[in-house]
Amino acid sequence: MSAAPIETDVVIIGAGPIGLFAVFELGLLDLKCHLVDILDRPGGQCTELYPEKPIYDIPGLPIVTGQELTNKLLEQIKPFDAQFHFSEMATSLEKLPDGRWKLKTDAGTEITAHVVVVAAGAGSFQPKRPPVPGIETFENAGDGIGVHYAVRKMETFRGKNILIAGGGDSALDWVINLAPLAKSMTLVHHRDGFRAAAHSVNQMRELEKEGKVKFHVASVKAIHGEPGKMTGVTLAGHDKSEWHHDTDAFLPFFGLTIKLGPIAEFGINLNENLIPVDTARFESQTPGIFAIGDINTYTGKLKLILSGFHEAALMAQAAFHIARPNEKLRFQYTTSSSNLQKKLGVA
Amino acid sequence: MKIHAIDRQGKEHELEGRDGWSVMEILRDGGLDIAAECGGACACATCHVYINDGWFEKLPKPSEAEIDMLDMALAVEPNSRLSCQVICSDATDGIKVTVAPE
Repeated sequence: MSAAPIETDVVIIGAGPIGLFAVFELGLLDLKCHLVDILDRPGGQCTELYPEKPIYDIPGLPIVTGQELTNKLLEQIKPFDAQFHFSEMATSLEKLPDGRWKLKTDAGTEITAHVVVVAAGAGSFQPKRPPVPGIETFENAGDGIGVHYAVRKMETFRGKNILIAGGGDSALDWVINLAPLAKSMTLVHHRDGFRAAAHSVNQMRELEKEGKVKFHVASVKAIHGEPGKMTGVTLAGHDKSEWHHDTDAFLPFFGLTIKLGPIAEFGINLNENLIPVDTARFESQTPGIFAIGDINTYTGKLKLILSGFHEAALMAQAAFHIARPNEKLRFQYTTSSSNLQKKLGVA
Repeated sequence: MKIHAIDRQGKEHELEGRDGWSVMEILRDGGLDIAAECGGACACATCHVYINDGWFEKLPKPSEAEIDMLDMALAVEPNSRLSCQVICSDATDGIKVTVAPE
């Protein structure tokens, strides 16, 4: 959470594979990094979407899973002691009079750095919003009422009529956890089956038998009430029958999707939600702000992890000259430079 | 082999399928707006489509993994599929699909 303002060399938005490898390339040049990521752990899409799926096109690793690749990158960057700010969204970026940048997060963290590196993939993971007309006007309505995509404090839902939609672990966990304190608990899902863990499903079925949970094979078609004051929803079954359901709160749990998010408001030139960069420095059209990995675009761009690694290496060279304007950059190899080997803790 | 696809604006596209490719890949190559965030690994449910005009029944049944993953899709209907799991072949020539809402 928020503490004293942080000063560092480089702030990296995104702790996916490319953000992690950027720490390595910057670290070899003695540049210190802080990383901000909206997820609660490193790896980005690799660990959020396919931790167990094999990747076959990482040079030198014929087969590696998203989680293994992340673990290996973390091991590789360990000597550089990067600081991570997880579960935080980068919300604003401001240029300071001394030429540095101040990045703020939604948790109140403030990081001042010479260089900003956007390694945000396709953007930030955000909850999927059901395609119900006007649903956004019922979000942020207040404690325990309206539409919520997460439960921060269970107590705020005490005594409320709650409607949960979804069939995964989050949906069922919250049905089970909130049912004891809700006035009523209703679960809707598109089928009479769930991808959630079997024992959660069993618990939910027990609660249903006891009359503490009502379950319908249905989906929410409309929300009623005035913005900020939801009174109920229209539910529809697969047979197209529709009925009204009174509820105080509607909690949809359909996992995460990727939206560009606040980066769009940072004043960086964008082309179809991608950041155009030059291919010598991988710098955006705003000097001092770099973009590497899937978030950038240039002639011939391929969205491959290996391309991002290359981009990180070239970015680091350019970033060095901004962070250390009075120092000379000497290019060295890790195989032969005792200086680099010392930094890596192997010499 | 043809794929008839209706995009989110309701516009119909006739695309050329490729044997062994997924319908998601053909839609994406055809420039239709489909996220397919995980790149076709049946891990995100953002390539959700509806299979129209009786084609749903003609396709091989979805796997358990796909049925589970559809739980993370929005606005699921009885004819919902993840297009990364529908593979083009002579048997799918002429298939009709509609991209599901975001």
